[in-house]
Amino acid sequence: MSQSIDPIARLDGAVKRYGRLVALDGAELQLRRGELLALLGPNGAGKSTAISLLLGLIRAEAGSVELFGQDPQRIQARRRIGVMLQNAELPPTLRVGELLRLTASYYPAPRALAETAELAGIADLLKRPYAKLSGGQQRRVQFALALCGRPELLFLDEPTVGMDIEARQKLWAAIRQLIAEGCSVLLTTHYLEEAEALADRVCVMAHGRMIHEGTVEELRARVALKRIRCLSALPIDTVRSWPQVSEVRRENERLHISTAEAEAVVRRLLEADPQLAGLEVQRAGLAEAFTELTRDADEAADVDQREAA
Amino acid sequence: MQTAISITTSARAMDMLRRRVLGAYLEEARSECLRYMRAPGFMLPIMLFPAMFYLLFGVLMATSNGAEAARYLLASYGVFGVMSPGLFGFGVSLALERDGGLLTFKRALPMPPGAYLLGKMLMAMAAAGVVILLLLTMALTLGHVSLSLAQAGALLLAGMLGVLPFCALGMYVGTLIKGQGAPGMLQLIYLPMSFMSGLWFPLPMLPKFLQQIAPVWPSYHLDMLALAAVGMKQGPLLVHVLVLIGFAVSFLLLAARRLRRHG
Repeated sequence: MSQSIDPIARLDGAVKRYGRLVALDGAELQLRRGELLALLGPNGAGKSTAISLLLGLIRAEAGSVELFGQDPQRIQARRRIGVMLQNAELPPTLRVGELLRLTASYYPAPRALAETAELAGIADLLKRPYAKLSGGQQRRVQFALALCGRPELLFLDEPTVGMDIEARQKLWAAIRQLIAEGCSVLLTTHYLEEAEALADRVCVMAHGRMIHEGTVEELRARVALKRIRCLSALPIDTVRSWPQVSEVRRENERLHISTAEAEAVVRRLLEADPQLAGLEVQRAGLAEAFTELTRDADEAADVDQREAA
Repeated sequence: MQTAISITTSARAMDMLRRRVLGAYLEEARSECLRYMRAPGFMLPIMLFPAMFYLLFGVLMATSNGAEAARYLLASYGVFGVMSPGLFGFGVSLALERDGGLLTFKRALPMPPGAYLLGKMLMAMAAAGVVILLLLTMALTLGHVSLSLAQAGALLLAGMLGVLPFCALGMYVGTLIKGQGAPGMLQLIYLPMSFMSGLWFPLPMLPKFLQQIAPVWPSYHLDMLALAAVGMKQGPLLVHVLVLIGFAVSFLLLAARRLRRHG
């Protein structure tokens, strides 16, 4: 019974350095059965290192890494996963059907070739040499290779890069179908709308750590805030003391205010400062929440460094 | 009863899995052969380079020295020719595939690690066979060398198995250097080693010091076997075979360790 609750992939305090660079600094991650977890973060945040650990490509220097309760370097654990990496140059002269046949041969109970091709939308490409495909078609073939082994867990690293909107939505539909069949997915992406469209949970990384983890709704709630920007001479402390204001800062002449109740704050601003100009009110999207989260982490990291120095 | 059933099912599952793993080996070897046969630009120069060398130095230049010289050179250029698909076929392709991310992808997949190596090994053995057959054809027709069928067969066997220690060496170099740097590095090993083990000029023609250190090189030992195959050497061969096996195993282990740790 406890099996269904145990995470199927787990990082626990994982540390990995490349020379002096700390790529992962005590990363925590738990992936549960049947969910799609999106791993977000700016370049260099440690997403790729986290994935590499879970795939058994590298070893952690400290902490533990588990895939289905086993060391990911054991082939028994990896027989249950499918993988789509960001850049893998597949043999250019092999035909798509041959690539599928080869990859399926690694798995104990793979899908039939036709079923895989149908799911990934590449039934018309089977006879074509890989090198003759467009970038988007190559990504679809890589997706097919990821799902051909009937995996319980799919690793998708930036799966829709280089795809047009239609191809992207087809891929999303295929991912949803796999999840409906009980497959779990660990997705890394730069496209926040992709995480928004697919993910049950999101995990935001910065500087080798997880800085936010929760459902998409929770992340969105964090960003139910609106942004007010204006030119005003009002003292920053005055604005901060207003109950509706959750954050305020000044850049040059410009005030940046975050609030859940923009109307009330704007009314007060206009009353307090008749000279106020250049008023802008904006709704923060997932992208902004994300930038804000990672900026906070950047600032914290700066402070850490200064304290260390 | 219940356990008896589950044991037989799990035994059947194991058996099934074993068959699947064997299938993975075959598929990998098949794909490896297919991809290089469809892109002859990679293997062809590797096979033709030593053949051209033999044609120039072993056949055209050596006609004045008679058929015995051509026979001697058939063995040593045969070794020179076999080293090439081992070192380059294995080393360069590994270095390129590490660079392009293909090896990373395969390592992430549940590919049996031996399958990848076996595929490349079979390819190198096939290429070595082609090289020896090319040289044999030139020696028997243009070089007027006379060989018995058994001798020709022995040389072919020595070549196809003798490629393996060089595969191991090429693989190790391929794990040290990524991408485009590998061919240059392999040339730096290939050409001096061939010269110093007496493959271009017979050892007695080389400086005394080089003669003394020749047994350090695996190519020297393979040359001894090839000379014996064409009937130009008497004496025990086992020591050469053992040295080659030891060489192959050590470099294979070194390379496997590096691949496991660094990919």
